[in-house]
Amino acid sequence: MVIEQISVFVENKQGALSEILAILAEGQVDLRAISIADTSDFGILRMIVPDSNNALALFKAKGVTASKTEVTGCKLPDEPGALYRVLKTLCDAGISVEYIYAFITRRDEDAYVIVRVEDNAKAQDVLRAAGHVIIGPEDVKSL
Amino acid sequence: MWQHDIETMPRERIRALQEERFLKTWNHIWDHAPAQRGILRGAGIERGDVTTLADISKLPFTDKKAFTDNYPFGLFAVPKEEIVRLHGTSGTTGKPAMGAYTAGDMAVWKDLIARVCAAAGVTKSDLAQVSFGYGLFTGGFGLHQGLEHMGVCVLPMSSGQTEKQLMMMRDMGATVLISTPSYALYLSEAVREHGIKDRLKLRVGLFGGEGHTPEMAAQIEENLGITATSNYGLCELTGPGVSGDCLIREGMHIAEDHFYAEVIDPDTGAALPEGEMGELVVTPLSREALPLIRYRTKDITRLTYEPCPCGRTHARMAPTLGRSDDMLIIRGVNVFPSQIESVLIRQEHIGPHYLLVVRREGVMDTLEVQVELIDGSVLESYSMLERIRNDIQSKIKDILGLTVKVSLVAPQTIERFMGKARRVKDER
Ligand SMILES: [Zn+2]
Repeated sequence: MVIEQISVFVENKQGALSEILAILAEGQVDLRAISIADTSDFGILRMIVPDSNNALALFKAKGVTASKTEVTGCKLPDEPGALYRVLKTLCDAGISVEYIYAFITRRDEDAYVIVRVEDNAKAQDVLRAAGHVIIGPEDVKSL
Repeated sequence: MWQHDIETMPRERIRALQEERFLKTWNHIWDHAPAQRGILRGAGIERGDVTTLADISKLPFTDKKAFTDNYPFGLFAVPKEEIVRLHGTSGTTGKPAMGAYTAGDMAVWKDLIARVCAAAGVTKSDLAQVSFGYGLFTGGFGLHQGLEHMGVCVLPMSSGQTEKQLMMMRDMGATVLISTPSYALYLSEAVREHGIKDRLKLRVGLFGGEGHTPEMAAQIEENLGITATSNYGLCELTGPGVSGDCLIREGMHIAEDHFYAEVIDPDTGAALPEGEMGELVVTPLSREALPLIRYRTKDITRLTYEPCPCGRTHARMAPTLGRSDDMLIIRGVNVFPSQIESVLIRQEHIGPHYLLVVRREGVMDTLEVQVELIDGSVLESYSMLERIRNDIQSKIKDILGLTVKVSLVAPQTIERFMGKARRVKDER
């Protein structure tokens, strides 16, 4: 069970990020999770949206360099140490995490995170075995 | 061939014809072109100093400045009523260099164009889409008249309105595309994006008005499914038709019966032997309105007089590496944008458009190469983006010995050109 993530290339110049966000706003796209990391020259904006195909089409139509990848979503109880336990589970199984970021939305007392690993299926088996809850596209829509 | 007997003339006959026409041009200048006479006298030259073609090496060069100094009509050698056409260079600053044509000049020009087109394989049964700008620029009207003279059906699109260009290209069944290489690349990308390559009948492209690298030609060929040929000319020397590719495509045949070509060291002015790279200097041999002596083209090329497998005997010039005007000197290194272009166009994940920005930081010159990142699949990790950047940087370093800054920018942010491209921004 994987979640689709959109990655967008953001030039390091004034207004570049807001242009990208304007495309999402015009397209009435709700953001579930967002992360931006940049170097001095460029950035990559990653996001989780309810309808990734739609968002990708919006970007393509505006000539923005974007792509879609599959990532693992995990539900965490909102308590200290929860994220640490997820990472430790993966780490102990020898799975390296490329990056991780949190949903901006939440439900009840739970938090949600995105974990980017090489092999989603393997990571999810390990997480489930340790009692963690994996979320899917339906969860993203309802969050 | 359009003019078989002339194009395959034995070399000694070409030389004899050149001498005859050069001496006629020489007398025409002394009789009818006072400003040029003044330039010659200023260099200590008198009419009697020239009796053979070999004497040309004693003569001073003419350059763009002569056009500026004598703007607009000063260099012309016929009364105004004899002039039937004026064209001008597309200089972005100052006054254009004006070219003038008598009816006789026009007749020769049409044949020159027809030769270039026929050499590229164009025949009467073709339909040529002329996507050069129509106007002062010699490209549009020049090609138009020559093609019509051959009996080719001409679709005069001019440049711009890309969607309409594609529609007409498809609906009219154009088989030949005439444009600058930059615009051809732009059109070819649009064809690829629309996925209409298979619905086009294009088979050959004639590209001129600016130089281009073999890599860029290959990209256009792939996008459009055509054979790309180059042709060359300058408004000051008539316009396109000075030289053009045959289908062997190992150098553009110069119309030597109308142009005497030399290659010189651009710094010293010394004539260079056959095969050496230098600045092309051309003396038109049959112009009535605008005869010139040893015009410095600023284009860097080399010549060969080796026989060509196509059967033409006229000398060939290598594709121009770039204009000496375009050459950048960065930290003492000579850089032609075309050298960088050849690296970029082969690079994966990026688009073919680029911008070179030259700056001075303290006492150091820096060169920034901006390219568009077009492939989303590399966004998964920074290391892939870094790798693309480092790869471009090291390839440029291999060629130029210069470390440049490579910037990845968003698609469609680098300016596209309908005519001649301006890919350098010098902020020094
Ligand atoms: Zn040939």
